[in-house]
Amino acid sequence: MLPGRFLLAVEILRYEFMQHALLAGLLGGIACSLVGVLVVSMQLSFIGVSISHAAFAGAVIAVFCGLNPMLGAFVFSLLAAAIIGPLADKGEFKPDTSLGIVFSLMIGLSFLFMGMIPGPKTQALNLMWGSILAVNNQDLMILFITAVPVLLTITLLYKEIQAIIFNREIALSVGLPAAWFFYGLMFLTGLTVAASLRPIGGLLIFSLILNPAAAAYQLTYSLKWLFGLAAFLGVLSCWAGLACAYFFNLPGGATIVVLSTVIFFAANAFSPKRKVCKISTPKEVNINA
Amino acid sequence: MRDVVINMQNVTVSYREDVALQNLSIEIKNGEMIGIAGPNGAGKTTILTVVNGLGRLVRGQAKVLGHLMSAGKKGRDFRLCYKTASLRKLIGYVPQGCSVDPGTPISVRDAVMLGRYGRLGFWRRPGRDDWQVVGKLLEMVEISHLAERPFGHLSGGEQQRVAIARALAQEPRIMLLDEPTTYLDWRSRQEILQLIKQVHREKGLTTLMVTHDPKDTFNFCDRVVLLQQGRVAAIGPPAKTLSDAVLRKVYGESTICCQGGFY
Repeated sequence: MLPGRFLLAVEILRYEFMQHALLAGLLGGIACSLVGVLVVSMQLSFIGVSISHAAFAGAVIAVFCGLNPMLGAFVFSLLAAAIIGPLADKGEFKPDTSLGIVFSLMIGLSFLFMGMIPGPKTQALNLMWGSILAVNNQDLMILFITAVPVLLTITLLYKEIQAIIFNREIALSVGLPAAWFFYGLMFLTGLTVAASLRPIGGLLIFSLILNPAAAAYQLTYSLKWLFGLAAFLGVLSCWAGLACAYFFNLPGGATIVVLSTVIFFAANAFSPKRKVCKISTPKEVNINA
Repeated sequence: MRDVVINMQNVTVSYREDVALQNLSIEIKNGEMIGIAGPNGAGKTTILTVVNGLGRLVRGQAKVLGHLMSAGKKGRDFRLCYKTASLRKLIGYVPQGCSVDPGTPISVRDAVMLGRYGRLGFWRRPGRDDWQVVGKLLEMVEISHLAERPFGHLSGGEQQRVAIARALAQEPRIMLLDEPTTYLDWRSRQEILQLIKQVHREKGLTTLMVTHDPKDTFNFCDRVVLLQQGRVAAIGPPAKTLSDAVLRKVYGESTICCQGGFY
């Protein structure tokens, strides 16, 4: 039984579509989870959600206009990053209300234009749920072109990123151009979201950004380990999700996201950050004794 | 004669509809120790943010270490200005508290090292010399034993010591201290004030310190600026500026002035 399954697993690796999917999982998993560390550590999760839905809205609008959906996704996500970044940096609004409005506008635009697309809406629906088993060379190239700058930025500007994650006002006060860095990181988030839109899907992409990073955040106090663990968990979620999707005939993007959520709950359960110091109950002392 | 290192001319700063500083003009010379006092909302912290270019000038100009920050006609913010970022490398800033998530992935040693990041410039990683400087500063503020702890696990007082060490790690020319003794117990307060005095003298710094501590805290200052509603109510030597009559005028008649303090 087991050797048979193993042979089947080896066999599927020979298919080109599976090789593409695994490569997309590797590149997308690394890029999304590294960007996720920035978003989670700076406590800007909702900003990331808004940017990812802006990418989805842009892609759907591009499909409606007969353009390449990736173009729309890039334009909208970068535009959202350019608008939300400065507003968030200056603390001019409370994220829970203003971002909620941006988020609902983007969802509204997505479904409005989806409804207006004439004929079958397969392309738009694929953008919603993703199609990791159908990625082509162009998708892989886009993912590669996005993953490399993400990796390079984090490696080369590690100390600046560490300062910004710690506290943006402190980073500014020690002489770093922290505001520019912050906008740059928002821009990188937008870029990653747009590049991962086709394989993972507009409604699911942000879970892949948030979950591996949030899981890794539960496990370490070291920023270097946090980046490493998040990338590992991101790729693990993608590859394990792909395997489940293939063997049980499930939708790829959704399976990846569900698995990454399971990993988060497991990390949360075993988190050293949740350890509570056990204090033994002091015995009652008889003062009359 | 000592050079003027901070020169503010008719500085006005406002946060939306609230005016924090109004037409404030002040000159501070190299090596001076300036105490800043005043009731809540008088604009004490805002003065510090004007010096390091973190505040938004609505009117007037501030020249700090030769770097001119001018409000222009429409007012100006210097957060995105590269030249002001270079100026900040020379200014150590200890803010009033600093909200950091307890789970933030940074150790105490790294939190102090942040002070050297501006000096290091892009791409360069901290070298052995930088780590040695940080090690000595951790000893100086007596938190060497906490060096590997996550920063978010420290108490308010310990975090304040980290902030002072980080500001000193910049090897600054100007020190801005915004209520550096907040959260500190009585003994730690004395130690930190002693440390501030010592560092100010030894390094020849120009220091601006905001505090709500009793008035005897200001005894070691060369001058005290007493603010009221964004304007200078009094400026001069501590004994003269913080006289009972002036304090009653600024804080109200109900202020009880006793030996060494005002409450």
